[in-house]
Amino acid sequence: MQHGKYRFIAGFLAVPLGLYALFVVWPFIQSIYYSFTDWTGLSPDFKMVGFDNYSRMLDDDIFWKSLQHSLLFALLLPLVTLGFALFLAFMINVGGRRRKGGPVITGVRGSSFYKIVYFFPQVLSIAIVALLFAFAYNPDSGAVNSVLRGIGLDSVQPLWLGDPNLALWAVMAVLVWSTVGFFVVLFSAGMASIPADLYEAALLDGADRATTFFRITLPLLWDTVQSGWVYMGILALGAESFAVVQIMTTGPGGPDYSTTVMVLYVYQKAFRDGQAAYATTIGVALLIVTLAFAALVMRVGRRERLEF
Amino acid sequence: MGSTSARNPENNGSAGVGRRDLIKRSAALGLISVPAMSFLSACASGGGSGNGDKAKAGKKTSKNPLGVNDTAQMEFVLFDGGFGKEYAEDAVKVYEKNLPRAKVKFSATQKIQSTLQPRFNQGTPPDLIDNSGAEQMDMGVLVGKNQLADLTPLLDAPSVDDPAKKVRDTLRPGIVEMGQFDGEQVWILYYAYTVYGVWYSQKALDSLDEQYPQTWDQMLAVCAKAKKKGMAGWTYAGKYPYYLPFSLYPMIGKVGGVEVLDAIDNLEPNAWKHPAVKACFEAYYELYKKGYVLKGTPGLDHIQSQTAWAKGKALFLPNGSWVENESANVIPQDFDLAVAAPTGIDSSDKMPFGTIWASGGEPFIVPSKAKNTEGGMEQLRIMLSEASSKNFTSKVKSLTAYNGGTEGITLTPGLKSGVAALDKAGENVVNPRLQDWYAQLQKEKIGVSGLGEMMAGRLTPAEAVKKIQGFADETAKDPSIKRYKHQ
Repeated sequence: MQHGKYRFIAGFLAVPLGLYALFVVWPFIQSIYYSFTDWTGLSPDFKMVGFDNYSRMLDDDIFWKSLQHSLLFALLLPLVTLGFALFLAFMINVGGRRRKGGPVITGVRGSSFYKIVYFFPQVLSIAIVALLFAFAYNPDSGAVNSVLRGIGLDSVQPLWLGDPNLALWAVMAVLVWSTVGFFVVLFSAGMASIPADLYEAALLDGADRATTFFRITLPLLWDTVQSGWVYMGILALGAESFAVVQIMTTGPGGPDYSTTVMVLYVYQKAFRDGQAAYATTIGVALLIVTLAFAALVMRVGRRERLEF
Repeated sequence: MGSTSARNPENNGSAGVGRRDLIKRSAALGLISVPAMSFLSACASGGGSGNGDKAKAGKKTSKNPLGVNDTAQMEFVLFDGGFGKEYAEDAVKVYEKNLPRAKVKFSATQKIQSTLQPRFNQGTPPDLIDNSGAEQMDMGVLVGKNQLADLTPLLDAPSVDDPAKKVRDTLRPGIVEMGQFDGEQVWILYYAYTVYGVWYSQKALDSLDEQYPQTWDQMLAVCAKAKKKGMAGWTYAGKYPYYLPFSLYPMIGKVGGVEVLDAIDNLEPNAWKHPAVKACFEAYYELYKKGYVLKGTPGLDHIQSQTAWAKGKALFLPNGSWVENESANVIPQDFDLAVAAPTGIDSSDKMPFGTIWASGGEPFIVPSKAKNTEGGMEQLRIMLSEASSKNFTSKVKSLTAYNGGTEGITLTPGLKSGVAALDKAGENVVNPRLQDWYAQLQKEKIGVSGLGEMMAGRLTPAEAVKKIQGFADETAKDPSIKRYKHQ
């Protein structure tokens, strides 16, 4: 029967796998193939050039800068976003003081309201968020500098996106703002499934909020955090970082290459400079970075699963 | 030089791999979604070059000098941007009237590249394209890959209004040269005509009791006066500092002569180290140093800077003639928009005051692999008639490549001032080409990393010159970039 069972499973898998191979795997293979050509993207003529694109990439300062920024995005953004989201989710679900007659485990006052508010940015498309923040960062009449003026900090009027030392951080802050709400909701759901008696036991033993968080909440939430980590990292390497950098920054990618990221560079090479083959070469580098990131997170994050 | 699909490896790599491995691997791949890559490669997988089914040439007559096949379909794709599509629709109607048996397939889009790139790759492009906007396809690559038809037959055809005059002789100065890349052939016809320079409100200048300055000392004096009234002298699109060259390049040309600009365009060694370049950089840097640039400008995009300028926060703005249309909703009624040729250094400048940058915009191309190239050119010939040109100018407030066509229609203040500036310039019209030839060099290297950094005070003029010369040398050496020279 064993044989028949596999045939049965394969029957169900054939169509989705076929679609997957056609629309996901095949384009990947094509891209890798094009990275060995001199294809411009504007004509069907091209020829093989071997590793030319790769050696060129290794000598390309802008490529290294974009790689550096992408890595910074991939490492820092998940850390900040998930850390912040965990804190907020904990305060909403567990962190409240015990009120008379209420349940043992509860969030801070008004937590259901916060939960909704934090999710708001998720409703807006990233392009709109980026545009709104581009206005907010306007040094002349934007919201941020107006607030600074309003509280008497007239001398502190940074250029934000116009300052190479600040631009990258300004962009990252937007990504954190727009994604943190999603993870608050995700972690809230995870926390809701942790049995209350574990918390009660910890409370009886005299555990404070920090101990409860690190000894109970985090270990039991680890699987969710890990998938959140991978998801956030991909977001930081891929489409979301492209959208904010393309829409918000000087140039885009500037000032002086201070915000350029790999996806943006792929786009510029393919669609501005007519060098599609070189763009796919950078795409291959991006693929390697993304795979390495996913593998790293999976390996480092591996822990024994707790049953409860 | 095979076609894309013929060279694709047929093996997708999954054959011979165990089912379990395949599932594992696909799952691993599923984690990574690199959208750019998958949609990139989607472009290339087309058919071969569909070159065989050109429309048969029609008979050449005085009414049909290009010999258009009067039953063939003509497909026209327009960039639907600031100029809208009405002007082209009107021209299409004329084509349909002249050739009643021909079908015209007209469409307008903002996504030129996404719509047309796959069709170029398949060898089935439309007959006439307005290759413009943010999704412009790289002209250098299109020319280099022989994708464009030579427009010489159109230029040598008799014009619509006067059969004794060739189309080429009805165009404004520089239009034909701009369409050339590295030989006699003309690949592009720029339909709109843009005047670049320093834009300002005549009313604001009058309120300062000043004239537009002709030397840099006067410029600084005007800015000082404006500053006293709480108005900045200059602002510009800080996030896109490649707007600065609109007044800076013609200034370099005025100070040092056209040869300096040509040397820059030709990527000659040390072209940027010419004393004229340094003098102009220092002049601009002085605006920053003396606090004459609107505070926060390096963080403003073009719309924000234009809005601040229209509100009277700054006096001068380097820009092109589209600014009148683009900022129409923020420019006050009594603003009295005007454009001036860039201020020079002093009377020792090589060219007279009035030297201005004007050149074509809205590049129209006829693909070489189009089925009905004659039809595409005939449509262009119609658009270059006086009637069509007037229609364009009165509808979208911009000049066209047709020399004239402003009599008898009411011009807006900016347009009127642009025409006057062109009259004043006469022969002294310069046309720097970096932005068409080397987009990356002009925009992100010279613009953002050179001029932008200098005007934000993070580079001195000397450092900026050195950095920009380095960028130019890089481009001159880069084997992946096709290079051009002034003829």
